[in-house]
Amino acid sequence: MASEPMNGAQIVIKALVDQGVDVVFGYPGGAVLPIYDALFKQNKLRHILVRQEGGAVHAAEGYARSTGKVGVVLVTSGPGATNAVTGLTDALMDSVPIVCLTGQVPTHLIGNDAFQECDTTGITRPCTKHNYLVKDANRLAQTLHEAFYVARSGRPGPVVVDIPKDIQFADCPYAGPGNVKHKTYRPQVKGDTRKIGQAVEMIAKARRPVIYGGGGIINSGPKASKLFTQFVKMTGAPTTLTLMGLGALPASDERFLGMVGMHGTYEANLAMHECDVMLCVAARFDDRVTGRLDAFAPGAKKIHIDIDPTSINKNVAVDLGIVGDVANVLEEMIGIWKAEKKTVDKKAVAAWWKKIDGWRKRDSLKFNTDKKLIKPQQAIKRLYEMTLDREIFITTEVGQHQMWAAQHFRFEKPNHWMTSGGLGTMGYGLPAAIGVQLAHPKALVVDIAGEASIMMNIQEIATAVQYRLPVKLFIINNEYMGMVRQWQELLHGGRYSESYSAALPDFVKLAESFGAVGLRATRPDELDDVIRTMIETDNMVIADIAVDPKENCFPMIPSGAAHNEILLGPEDEAEKPVSEDGMVLV
Amino acid sequence: MSDIERHTIAVLVDNEPGVLARVIGLFSGRGYNIESLTVSAVSKDEALSRITIVTTGTPMIIEQIKAQLDRLVPIHSVHDLTDEGAHIEREVALVKVVANGPERRESLRIADIFGATVADTTIESFVFSLTGKPEKLDAFIELMRALGKTEIARSGIVGIARGAKAL
Repeated sequence: MASEPMNGAQIVIKALVDQGVDVVFGYPGGAVLPIYDALFKQNKLRHILVRQEGGAVHAAEGYARSTGKVGVVLVTSGPGATNAVTGLTDALMDSVPIVCLTGQVPTHLIGNDAFQECDTTGITRPCTKHNYLVKDANRLAQTLHEAFYVARSGRPGPVVVDIPKDIQFADCPYAGPGNVKHKTYRPQVKGDTRKIGQAVEMIAKARRPVIYGGGGIINSGPKASKLFTQFVKMTGAPTTLTLMGLGALPASDERFLGMVGMHGTYEANLAMHECDVMLCVAARFDDRVTGRLDAFAPGAKKIHIDIDPTSINKNVAVDLGIVGDVANVLEEMIGIWKAEKKTVDKKAVAAWWKKIDGWRKRDSLKFNTDKKLIKPQQAIKRLYEMTLDREIFITTEVGQHQMWAAQHFRFEKPNHWMTSGGLGTMGYGLPAAIGVQLAHPKALVVDIAGEASIMMNIQEIATAVQYRLPVKLFIINNEYMGMVRQWQELLHGGRYSESYSAALPDFVKLAESFGAVGLRATRPDELDDVIRTMIETDNMVIADIAVDPKENCFPMIPSGAAHNEILLGPEDEAEKPVSEDGMVLV
Repeated sequence: MSDIERHTIAVLVDNEPGVLARVIGLFSGRGYNIESLTVSAVSKDEALSRITIVTTGTPMIIEQIKAQLDRLVPIHSVHDLTDEGAHIEREVALVKVVANGPERRESLRIADIFGATVADTTIESFVFSLTGKPEKLDAFIELMRALGKTEIARSGIVGIARGAKAL
């Protein structure tokens, strides 16, 4: 027990330290001044001052996803809280554990439209896993510990704790994290053994199995990725990963078919379409993955492992749903597979692989190079090839460059790929890279960006420079909101309504004006030099890569289409117009 | 969709601010139907509330609704009374009828047939109180509307399982 009485603000610091927090991303303001004062008087917690609260949440997301720890945010009331909403929604969609502390006007003013007041718990209710308004100082410590428990347990997510200013000043009792046991929230982590046995049986009997892994494998921890890889190797089953799952199986594994979904590979999507047994491991049958639902894997028996019961039978009805932590369930599956000496139908699976190898030969990620123009895929591929000997973390913004990065950057390990999947938040990559770099000071951290997305949180360059974080911005600059333009070509007769990047800054001068290093490549023969200089510079770098502005992202399953209606290039586009049903989809 | 089912779901929750908003927000945010929703504290120390929700949807949607409710942090348990066996549903209606002469006398007679009690009376009006299944209330209200000006207040449905097993 604490010997000296503490006020609420000191309790906040103490609780964070006791939760193992070392970095807080935040921005001060009137309603959190006592907490900032308490921060000033200690040296256990490091505070990173972002330039906008949205950046704080994305930075915490990058920190959390690259470490597996809870990311922590501290913002003020009103606009501080509302600016955090996009990041919170992003974290909810991608299951990132975040604790976001928001200041609030004093309890006696709540509801009076006080200065910088907003209904933070009301606003954030649908975009958090859970939230709290602390109205009783005696419950502050317990609420904070509970928030960490909720954020990291089960399917992780963001939790908001709204703390009125008078509570920050009030003397409160402190209790350590050990004393908190949640009375209602106890997610199921162990799978049903009988069902796990059934799943093993189904996979052993499969003639055309496919394993489809998602972000939940990464969230479960490195052990889950190891077990996943082990299970893939044991069964020899063709395996694909979602955007969020990249890294769960080493990309170099011969069983890896590449990413699945709208911009996934030909072989991954066709294997999903034609399989007879699908094992979905901690993915959620997102619309980017399934394409048209009534044509999704029509002949497959489907098994789904997920820690969140709401994910099972939400979009796709499955034959066998197993609720549990994927590491536990996989461990049990491997145990049963070994104990019962299971094997797959080797002849059938060999024939299945032969078919898949035929699809692989189409080389759906191939692209043409040009003498004068840098191809965006080429830029990313060269970045990948030139950093193979380094520990590298990649974040992205949202759009074509993000899909090209997912296709052409190959991940061997989990937690090295940070992208905004569910919400698709432009402006995610730079602040996320800052969070990653703080957690991994020695590693190379690159935000593969687009010139439009980067403008959404461009102010965070200052954060990186202030804390001497050598984050690299690798801007694939095509002077368009490329993905918007691509859809306008596909669906709206090529009318590029507002999708061009006018009045762009000179990114080299912009970098210099912030005290960072600016580089530019405009011709293919300049690309390698720029990449080399970028990765060798021990400072923040903005590398502006001028790429072919007309290049589009393929393969592509147009909205409303099935996996086997995938377009491999612009020549396919003309032959297969998008259906009216597909037009309304996003 | 032809396989739309009606389910009555009982939810035990922490009796704290915001819980009802979470439940209602879940239904509106995900586009589920609410036919009826009632809430009241039920434990001796008032720490627990019970929410009774009547909803409709396909079996897949009903399964989703229950799973979504169950993962809300302050929720203790979710019980699908429709699935879990025989249960009782009741609702209370307060029905004001403004009428004179034979209509007034007829309203009293019908109330007697239905077992409604008179909760308030003036020279030209009655307020009847009736408890029963929702269909019974519907029938009573329809008859009363024919007799004069009416005002209706209904509680929404509460439900509980038959037998000795308690939540």
